[in-house]
Amino acid sequence: MSAIAIRDVRKSYGKTEVIHGVNIDIADGEFIVIVGPSGCGKSTLLRMVAGLETITEGTIEIGGRVVNRLEPGERDIAMVFQNYALYPHMSVFDNMAYGLKIAGLSKDDIRARVDKAATMLQLQPFLDRKPRQLSGGQRQRVAMGRALVRDPAAFLLDEPLSNLDAKLRVQMRLEIKQLQQSVGTTALYVTHDQVEAMTLADRLVVMHDGVAEQIDTPMAVYARPATTFVAGFIGSPAMNMLPVEAAGNRGLMLANGRTVKPRDIRLPEKGRKAILGVRPEHMAPVSGPNADLELDVAAVETLGADTLAHGRLAGVENGSGELVVRLPGSTQVRPGDRLALAIELGMAHLFDAESGARLKELDLPAVPARADKRLAEAVNA
Amino acid sequence: MQTKRTIFGNRVLPYALLLPQLAITCVFFLWPAGQAFRQSFLREDAFGFKTRFVWFENYEKLFADPLYHNSLWVTVIFSLGVAFLSLATALILALAVDRTLRAARTYTTLLVWPYAVAPAVAGIMWWFLFNPTIGILPYVLEMLGYDWNHRSSSVDAMILVIVAASWKQISYNFLFFVAGLAAIPHSLVEAAAIDGAGPMKRFFTIIFPLLSPTTFFLLVVNVVYAMFDTFAVIHATTEGGPAQSTNILVYKVFEDGFIGLNLGSSAAQSVVLMAIVIVLTVIQFRWIERRVQY
Amino acid sequence: MVENRPLLNLLSHLVLIAGVVVVAFPVYVAIIASTRGPTDFMSGLIPLLPGPHTLDNYRRIMFSGVSTSGAPPIALMMTNSLVMALAIAIGKIAISLISAFAIVYFRFPFRQLAFWTIFITLMLPVEVRIVPTFKVVADLGMLNSYAGLSIPLIASATATFLFRQFFLTVPDELTEAARVDGAGPLKFFRDILLPLSRTNIAALFVILFIYGWNQYLWPLLVTTDPGYYTVVMGIKRMAEVADAIPQWNLVMATVVLAMLPPVVVVVVMQRFFVKGLVESEK
Repeated sequence: MSAIAIRDVRKSYGKTEVIHGVNIDIADGEFIVIVGPSGCGKSTLLRMVAGLETITEGTIEIGGRVVNRLEPGERDIAMVFQNYALYPHMSVFDNMAYGLKIAGLSKDDIRARVDKAATMLQLQPFLDRKPRQLSGGQRQRVAMGRALVRDPAAFLLDEPLSNLDAKLRVQMRLEIKQLQQSVGTTALYVTHDQVEAMTLADRLVVMHDGVAEQIDTPMAVYARPATTFVAGFIGSPAMNMLPVEAAGNRGLMLANGRTVKPRDIRLPEKGRKAILGVRPEHMAPVSGPNADLELDVAAVETLGADTLAHGRLAGVENGSGELVVRLPGSTQVRPGDRLALAIELGMAHLFDAESGARLKELDLPAVPARADKRLAEAVNA
Repeated sequence: MQTKRTIFGNRVLPYALLLPQLAITCVFFLWPAGQAFRQSFLREDAFGFKTRFVWFENYEKLFADPLYHNSLWVTVIFSLGVAFLSLATALILALAVDRTLRAARTYTTLLVWPYAVAPAVAGIMWWFLFNPTIGILPYVLEMLGYDWNHRSSSVDAMILVIVAASWKQISYNFLFFVAGLAAIPHSLVEAAAIDGAGPMKRFFTIIFPLLSPTTFFLLVVNVVYAMFDTFAVIHATTEGGPAQSTNILVYKVFEDGFIGLNLGSSAAQSVVLMAIVIVLTVIQFRWIERRVQY
Repeated sequence: MVENRPLLNLLSHLVLIAGVVVVAFPVYVAIIASTRGPTDFMSGLIPLLPGPHTLDNYRRIMFSGVSTSGAPPIALMMTNSLVMALAIAIGKIAISLISAFAIVYFRFPFRQLAFWTIFITLMLPVEVRIVPTFKVVADLGMLNSYAGLSIPLIASATATFLFRQFFLTVPDELTEAARVDGAGPLKFFRDILLPLSRTNIAALFVILFIYGWNQYLWPLLVTTDPGYYTVVMGIKRMAEVADAIPQWNLVMATVVLAMLPPVVVVVVMQRFFVKGLVESEK
């Protein structure tokens, strides 16, 4: 058990830099999830921590020791792979014991450790089987067990659940979280699935194009996304983004020429171009005069608990101004309707039109507590 | 060239691992090949005292030598004979096996074992069967009015070595044809059957064209086999005779080098043979590349 | 089968039975000949039914040899063949495994060169460069030795390629898992790669055993001492004499013994053999 420090780490293949200086400080026992679309560099970063990729620049410390030049086996880490990478010719027991044998542990010691891990993972009945005789979920457990028996400084998990079907994934997600909490080992977990990321992480690292765009708790990432990328990536359906221009006291001018004045936020200086972000779940139908926005409904998806109304901002032509709103399941709405919507208090986000960075200076100090309740719904959709 | 995403970092180890193979390759393959190449430009006098550099004289002599022309011609007839006989027999057997269901495995077992028989042993067995005095085949042929004698008849001798060499190769071709037939999508054959094509028509319009990559590959392999691996068949039976009629190129290299002790000519012949192998290998690899693209 | 045509099915079986009979016929005649006495071959026709001399013939060639031909007892030649075949099969597999491992799992200067050097051996069958190769072996003093019989035939591009192809299909994650488990290259090779290659090794073993056992020209050249004769080349010496003094019963008994081990290997390991044959040509 120990902390991990990733200091200004860069990775280049030839002349192409794929990771542009990432800094992450991971506390002892913390569960960190690195999330991002494919090709964002999240796996490469994890593999650099594991020692499977060389580090072009910067340093990685595990438990206060710089590991840049150490072999993977010397770094005191254990890794769980997407396809599990179980040795096909070895029994479950031997798969878990292999690392311990190499480390030179005594037979009794190995047996005790494997037994303990197998009990935790309910693998006792399968110890003599070969991987091909196991189900997907059982293989996943063996892969976890192989990491567990080593009692390493950190677990590194590379998309460990993506080969499982949806139901099993939810179950194993919970098991992994409970397991990590019970042994208290630092964990670094890579996924492209935002639900896994939100539910597992103590803190999230959202990566995009080789840059860590935001590192914070899942709630903070959801409530105050640092960039338009993070805002669009976390939350489903994605946050609505509307280009606006600050119009002084009148509020923000939309593409359709109307102005909107969200409540409980500060507004940028007049004339500044910005992007207004509003999550679909943070708008509610109101009677006409109180509306912030008007939506021309083009398609309706009924999910049972919720109904999603897709369409565009009233009066906007040529493709821009797409808008989605999440309504209670009981709402009656049909394509062709025009919905008058109000943005909930303090639930508007403003980003710089050029860089996409959050206009932090406009944030109010307190985050409304209401966001928490909606979180689970939002991420589970 | 392909490698792994993950590699090991040791600097000395890979060389140590390659050493045995490279050492053997250099000592027993590259060095002798180089020697053959060098020797092909040299001539020794009758007593082996003096060696001199003669440029392409060995090659010029070789290509002017009617015996060498004969040997080339014999090799062509022999190779094509072996390739045709063994491919045709194997294809017929493979087609027949493809139609049987339960018995296919048994038939395959009964047909593949000759692959394990040494060419020399195959040669001796057929030599025995064709023995002009007591052999059973000459006896049958005599009843049909043909007087068989491979000791005096060039044609008979050629037929003997072709039959012996083909016999051994049938099992190899058979296995590849069976694999090739199994790889033809069943739906294609069924579609043709629904279109009303009978078995013969299906064979010539669907199966044979789809089998042509396998056939071409086997053709090359069989020619290589007939040119190089059949030395033992010749040596164990006709020894190139009668009257040079079965003296194929590899046998001539051996005969001129070890019995005639004409090292320059033998070396020049080796170089020509190497050139032929290289061409055939390149053709074979081309074919493999093409197959990969399917 | 697309449709049911009883006549065509019957024809298929007839063709196959005819094929099996034709393929087996020379061997049948050889076996029959090996059961007869020497006088049966003086004149007339090869006998087609078994005779009473089976044990005599086999005992005689196995243990005392055929004095007139100068060939040693077959038991000794069979042993020599076995040593040569095993040395070639095991040796080729061993050096091919490690060289393929080096080429696939390491990156080092001159890797391409090493690859092509091995590749070239594919193009140089021993028959084409027979004279200079013989000279090298003679210069190294390896005539009339097991080393001379086997080592020059041990380098094989085919086996190296087969293992290279196979190694390339082994998932990278297995290597990575082994590295995380603390295994270095040699441990990985021994504990993971070698066990995974078992089927390929078995398949190649069948092919190479046959290749080694059936060698003819090479043992003919490098052995002058009958103590190192192999059975496949020994037959020729016996057959030469048999033309003058018909000993066809003994020659054919030798023929049967010479093909027995490789045929048994092929039949017993048919599954591996077919796999090895088809894959080594890819």
